[in-house]
Amino acid sequence: MDIINLTAMDMREKLKNKEISARDIVEAHIDRLQKMEEDLNAFITISKEEALNAADIIDEKIKKGEKLGPLAGIPIGVKDNIITKDIKTTCGSKMLENFIPPYESTVVEKIKKADGIILGKTNMDEFAMGSSTETSYFGITKNPIDTQRVPGGSSGGSAAAVRAKEVAIALGSDTGGSIRQPASFCGVVGLKPTYGLVSRYGLVSLANSLDQIGTLGRNVTDVALLLNAIVGYDEKDSTSVNMDIIDYIEGLSEDVKGMRIGVPKEYLNLNMDERVKEQILNSIEIFKNMGAVVEEISLPHIEYALATYYIISTAEISSNMARFDGIRYGYRAKDYETLDELYINSRSEAFGEEVKRRIMFGTYSLSKDNNEKIYKKAAKVRTIIKEDFDKIFEDYDIILSPTSPSLPFRIGERIEEPLAMYKSDIFTVPINLTGICAISIPCGYVEGLPVGLQIIGDKFEELKVLRLARAFEKHVSLGGENIGL
Amino acid sequence: MAYKTVIGLEIHVELMTDTKIFCSCPNEFGGEANTHCCPVCLGLPGALPVLNKAVLEYAIKAGIAFNSKIANITKMDRKHYFYPDLVKGYQISQDDVPLCSGGYVEIELEEGTKKIGLTRIHIEEDTGKSIHTEEGDSLLDYNRAGVPLIEIVTEPDMNTPEEARLFLEKLKSTLKYIEVSDCKMEEGSLRCDININVVDTETGKKTNITELKNLNSFSGAVKAMEYEEKRHISLLKEGENTERETRRWDEVKNETIIMREKGEVADYRYAVETDILPIEIKDEWIEELKNSLPELPHAKKQRFIKEYDIPEYDAGVLTQSKELADFYEETVKYIDDPKQVSNWIMGDVLRRINDEELEIEDLKFKPKDLAKLLELINEGKISNNIGKKVLRTMFETGDSPEKIVKEKGLIQISDEDELEKIVEKVLSENEQSIIDYKNGKDRALGYLVGQVMKVTKGKANPQMANQIIRDMIEEQ
Ligand SMILES: [Zn+2]
Repeated sequence: MDIINLTAMDMREKLKNKEISARDIVEAHIDRLQKMEEDLNAFITISKEEALNAADIIDEKIKKGEKLGPLAGIPIGVKDNIITKDIKTTCGSKMLENFIPPYESTVVEKIKKADGIILGKTNMDEFAMGSSTETSYFGITKNPIDTQRVPGGSSGGSAAAVRAKEVAIALGSDTGGSIRQPASFCGVVGLKPTYGLVSRYGLVSLANSLDQIGTLGRNVTDVALLLNAIVGYDEKDSTSVNMDIIDYIEGLSEDVKGMRIGVPKEYLNLNMDERVKEQILNSIEIFKNMGAVVEEISLPHIEYALATYYIISTAEISSNMARFDGIRYGYRAKDYETLDELYINSRSEAFGEEVKRRIMFGTYSLSKDNNEKIYKKAAKVRTIIKEDFDKIFEDYDIILSPTSPSLPFRIGERIEEPLAMYKSDIFTVPINLTGICAISIPCGYVEGLPVGLQIIGDKFEELKVLRLARAFEKHVSLGGENIGL
Repeated sequence: MAYKTVIGLEIHVELMTDTKIFCSCPNEFGGEANTHCCPVCLGLPGALPVLNKAVLEYAIKAGIAFNSKIANITKMDRKHYFYPDLVKGYQISQDDVPLCSGGYVEIELEEGTKKIGLTRIHIEEDTGKSIHTEEGDSLLDYNRAGVPLIEIVTEPDMNTPEEARLFLEKLKSTLKYIEVSDCKMEEGSLRCDININVVDTETGKKTNITELKNLNSFSGAVKAMEYEEKRHISLLKEGENTERETRRWDEVKNETIIMREKGEVADYRYAVETDILPIEIKDEWIEELKNSLPELPHAKKQRFIKEYDIPEYDAGVLTQSKELADFYEETVKYIDDPKQVSNWIMGDVLRRINDEELEIEDLKFKPKDLAKLLELINEGKISNNIGKKVLRTMFETGDSPEKIVKEKGLIQISDEDELEKIVEKVLSENEQSIIDYKNGKDRALGYLVGQVMKVTKGKANPQMANQIIRDMIEEQ
């Protein structure tokens, strides 16, 4: 038995049945990691010692017959913008190259409580700004399917690590598609939960009204397993929602008969790779065959989503990046005479191009002259787009779309063209603007490269989304036990 | 020529909640540097603010006390600027939807009551403190970061520095009354910025507004305003104008000094603080808070007039602060002579407090002790003058009046036999005065009483001594 080929669910079962030990699992994955990392660079920090210690504690628990948590023994990757106590958290930036947090994020606390094992911190675009994991200060992460290509971003490290079986499951963060697009590019499953379902305490803010922590895995059940462990109200995050907890594995039926699915006509008319479009159209047929009702719908204001997203997100970015000033922690320039120079030099030297570009953009739209006509107007458009979605969800359970308009592109191909890069988020950003949930699952391959299907649900309808994804995955045998290939 | 001064104020008041505005760190003044801090109030990456409900409660109480309208829906915003004492590069404050809008504070002028309008009251977080050492280092203490503040902005309704002072006094006493702040200017829990300019009422010409900052006391604020008033007028007289600028009061030089030129107006790039959801304030809660408010100064004054039958002036002075009013009421509980208590408090007690800049709560003696002192006087055990001396000792030592009187042997001599012996001796030594008195010079009697007091070191009962002297001379 090759441990790394197991699903997270299977690892857990075999551990409980004492077929394997937690140490076996961790060692197998560390071996794999050491083999793969030279090519992939999916990790910024590998916490080998901590992981082995955690494994031994679990093995001890098993020996004593103590009750195990739901993530017992499962090796997990954590995106490096999620705070880990006493483990370096860099956000992929020179600014936080040596930042070791003295506190814990709520999600990591929950994972540890559930006996999950954190294997390390995964690579990402600097401060999660990017769609290719090329802007990381710690080097580019490569797509395990084709190392000439990007893994997507910004959670590219997490997606690549899951795909390459360096970990079984991983945490990512999604502000405009940063979990779903890399999941699509790496042929794995990635879920962006509803805003407020998972506590953001300890997620380093990119655009705080859009950010959400979510899960990546090689199949839908594994994604649901990790989701189960991290959801719930957190008094440390006022935007987290206090509601009854749902068991996403327990409730994961595979029946989609009669479910009403809408496909926005605006989406299919968009400029996209024809091969991607073909895979999506095939998937729609599959849902019809499974008994779902699929109809064309309209989201009349969706064409404004991308512009609205970039105005709101960069405004929030310029605000959230302000705390990195070289005074209390993080990078401080060596040479400066005045306080202003300390700020300017520290920030100029430690932030990369993309971060600076977005800070400038956001600063511009928040400025006194533009606040009303750009920032506040974007907030109004956001409300109108939300209303479009609300209306659709009165009649439909699910909306389908591609995750990305293109196949995984080559490293370096788009990095010089920010606008082209921004456009690759076209299908994913409306979900963040409206705060609803969506999953990306592999729906087919084009010349060996994966295509992701985005299944979108209303607020707190994760169960519906997961159910449809699970049914599809089983039907086409692309995911599940077949590790997403 | 006639000039009108126009003054508006911006006051920052720290609220006395147990914990800070967005975390559970203690809200206490002082403490070793950087010990009242956590990831939230240090603004560490990933930490999120959670609004302390008590802050809303305290701020709403202030709004109610100042007759403001309380918003039913409000929100928090981010105000951006860079400064080392500001941990996140922005201050969480309120921009376009303040918690309280409108309202007024009434001040008493000779010509009657004047309403000073309030523009708004909003909640926000305080910043840390920079400490600049002699060696030229800058150190930072973030204990104050995240302490809850209300910012109170007035309309430009004050026309003299005195009006501004009365406004500040009233504001302070009200905030202390409702127990939302201790308003200690020296500890920075009340800070005041002043906008002042002058209008030539004949030509309509106005000076540019000067902003006065870093004022450490009400008296400093008044001096700064008086200085600016003169400066603006003299410039107007010369046909010149002031610069739009920020100045501070220099206590040593007794003048205002330029801090920075305004040039361009600061751009705070306001954005919505989406880490905190919009705040809904139900009318029932506002009503509940309204009912929980203690008696406010005006109502207390009216009650004092009625209940204690003291003049309006007395009631006004005694209700200046809650502490003083409480002290008065407590004293009256022990001695049933409200006017006498009022006289003593407004006289010797307040004089000493004002001279030494004490707070009533710093007094070493209790209302019960003052009552006892008055009782000793009323019972004739000590004279009024001895009473004043005893009170002085009470200020210094805090000892009970009985103890002071006993230790210093101040008990009044009211024993007739004893007094007769003393008078006999005094008369035998002052024969000329007896003759003078008999010849109708009343002053001579006063002199003789004075001699008796001198011999007894002031302990003789003056009324009795007076009577015995008359009797003895007549018998001669
Ligand atoms: Zn704190």
